[in-house]
Amino acid sequence: MSFTKISVSALALAAVATGAAAQDRDNVQIAGSSTVLPYASIVAEAFGENFDFPTPVVESGGSSAGLARFCEGVGPNQIDIANASRPIRENEIETCAANGVEEIIEVRIGYDGIVFASQIDGPAFDAFVPAQWWAALAAEHPMDGGMTANGLSNWSEVNAALEGMGMTDLPELPEAEILAFIPGTRHGTREVFEENVLLQGCEDAGAYDAMIEAGLSEDDAEAACMSVRTDGASVDIDGDYTETLARISSNPNGVGVFGLAFYENNTDSLKVATMSGVEPNTDTIASGEYPVSRPLFFYIKNAHIGVIPGLQEYASFFVSDQLAGPNGPLANYGLVSDPELAATQAAVANRTLMGH
Amino acid sequence: MTDFGATGSHPHELRRGRSLFDLDDRTRRRNRSEGAFRWLGIGAIALSMVFIVILLGTIVARGLPAFTQTTITIEVPLDAAVLDPNGTGDPEVIRSVLTFGYAPLIERGLAGTVAATGVETELTSSQLPQLLSPGVAATLRDMVAADPSLVGQTVQVEALASGRADGYLKGRVTRESLARDTNLSPAHLDVLDALVEQDLARRAFNWDFILGADASESRPEEAGIGVAMIGSFYMMLTVLLLALPIGVAASIYLEEFAPQNRLTDLIEVNISNLAAVPSIVFGILGLAAFIQFAHLPQSAPLVGGLVLTLMTLPTIIISTRAALKAVPPSIRDAALGVGASKMQSVFHHVLPLAMPGILTGLIIGLAQALGETAPLLLIGMVGFIASNPPDGFIDGFVSPNSAMPAQIYEWAKRADPAYYERAWGGIIVLLLFLLVMNVLAVLLRRRFERRW
Repeated sequence: MSFTKISVSALALAAVATGAAAQDRDNVQIAGSSTVLPYASIVAEAFGENFDFPTPVVESGGSSAGLARFCEGVGPNQIDIANASRPIRENEIETCAANGVEEIIEVRIGYDGIVFASQIDGPAFDAFVPAQWWAALAAEHPMDGGMTANGLSNWSEVNAALEGMGMTDLPELPEAEILAFIPGTRHGTREVFEENVLLQGCEDAGAYDAMIEAGLSEDDAEAACMSVRTDGASVDIDGDYTETLARISSNPNGVGVFGLAFYENNTDSLKVATMSGVEPNTDTIASGEYPVSRPLFFYIKNAHIGVIPGLQEYASFFVSDQLAGPNGPLANYGLVSDPELAATQAAVANRTLMGH
Repeated sequence: MTDFGATGSHPHELRRGRSLFDLDDRTRRRNRSEGAFRWLGIGAIALSMVFIVILLGTIVARGLPAFTQTTITIEVPLDAAVLDPNGTGDPEVIRSVLTFGYAPLIERGLAGTVAATGVETELTSSQLPQLLSPGVAATLRDMVAADPSLVGQTVQVEALASGRADGYLKGRVTRESLARDTNLSPAHLDVLDALVEQDLARRAFNWDFILGADASESRPEEAGIGVAMIGSFYMMLTVLLLALPIGVAASIYLEEFAPQNRLTDLIEVNISNLAAVPSIVFGILGLAAFIQFAHLPQSAPLVGGLVLTLMTLPTIIISTRAALKAVPPSIRDAALGVGASKMQSVFHHVLPLAMPGILTGLIIGLAQALGETAPLLLIGMVGFIASNPPDGFIDGFVSPNSAMPAQIYEWAKRADPAYYERAWGGIIVLLLFLLVMNVLAVLLRRRFERRW
């Protein structure tokens, strides 16, 4: 029987393959935010087409997961770039430094709008203000100097509750059960949603002040403002926007949190609501009128530049006017171009490190 | 209890004088329940058939459009003033014009083509290219790089239509659904209708979908499953080369040579346990063992294959042992009786007879590994990865690649509905592979299996 032959050749092949694997990597390896992934894939594709370097590999998985991998260390089997839809945190920088990733270049590629959309034929969710989202989704409301659990179950009750807190001129809300699909905690989008919508709404409604008066510390009051109810009215989506879309398609009353680019690709099934009276589009986000937007970043390991071929070129290409400029393919896809792109280009060219 | 007493006290009286063909109550009840059970069984089978039909029907209905693709024939002037302003004819100079430089040429070419059809449109020439894939620029640049003498000439290109324009001809996109779309307007569809009338826009079989590479989010029309198929191939090759010898050697030893003691019992129990471990666990193990400890590259089919080998080994060992066990002891005894050594009896007699069973188990194990996504999530094989075919045979083991199920998962996540269609198309391709493998397993069993 030829089993000895098969095993010998298998081992030989495995050895050859492993030998080839041990040599240095020649493609750029990227991981991180699923919001940045579409932009990174567009750049990676154009990079592979226009230069002699191999097309970079872009994985998704979320900002936190990407930055965690980024901070694992330096070497050919570590990623070169982490995409993130939020700035890197202090504790992540510390983890990075502890693992030898001391020099990090931060690159801001532009801005992304976060939009609130619902089924196109569903209830008339046309306009929101942050306070309404806070009132509908907060775990607890301040009441008579204490905190009581959020008892609202219908969007139509939200305005009455806010008027009870002294707010006026609230946009009309439809008669629909509260059912919101918000990004899960591993998404960078969640942080923006908490800060620009929930915390903002909490402050607008005067609830933040009421909590301080009730004796909460500033940190505790902020945490209370941003804590989301867990009774099923708010659903964390840990997957991608396609999952949110699927949930909304099956729940006519559902309202979901999406990225602007995703919404613009699915205008046939979704309708978007204004926030504080401003309709989300690239213009209102660029001008800062639309309140819920956040910068998108990628982080480069300086130690890998010069070792991994094409890394510096990829970064410069990403932020070039041709790609990231106001008329480039990234803007066409939904990225809001950064007005300070020239400064970013200079920083990438000079390899300006964080904290230097 | 009282009932029992009432009927049980006169059984003979009840039976007496009645024909066997005249059914009594109890027999009728039993017959009724048997009939009901049969119908229940038929109902269960019918229900599963309905589900299969619905499932396959949905897959085919949603996936088939991915196998055709619209192209638009345009005449593009490769203007020397743009591509080679100084008239050097130097390939290096021409190559320094990036794909962005070709966009105005395509705009001009498309505007000319549309004007020639005579259709009236309010669209400006800068809006018209939304009909085309952004990848056309790369196609042109590659053409020119291959043959710099084209500069200055006008070339005819079969340009891919953009995902939405293609979707219109497939019935996925309508004028109503484009009403609020920023990527394509109903006015574009009028132009497209005119192009179709002149046979300049055509739908044809989409070989690129089966053979091509993955594309970025903005170009669903270019995406293909071919490179991911190569990734799957390399992973299956790795599984085959490692799991077959290791699995068969382990089974032979355990079945034919190993002493029966606590240690071998423990090993057997653990092999059965391993077969039931969720596949994601093998992914985590693979990340820790092969990437973080052994420093193998990320996103490599070699690592994917190693992880899937771990996952498939228990299945192969269990089926191989069953095949070896099915060979009657008389064969071994006869071999030993004529003076063969233990090893000769195993390799000359037992193993060849067990081979069909082993191969069937192997193919089923491979089919299972082929459809696996979960462990690949953790070793970097999901994302925008399968963008280039590998450079050579050995390179295919280590150059970043995805796998068919991982590619389908990735497409299903993307924002553009055109990718959704391609995900269903990918499912059809994957199912065809699985079907072929399972049929092969059945045929092998039918053809070679021996019963004693």
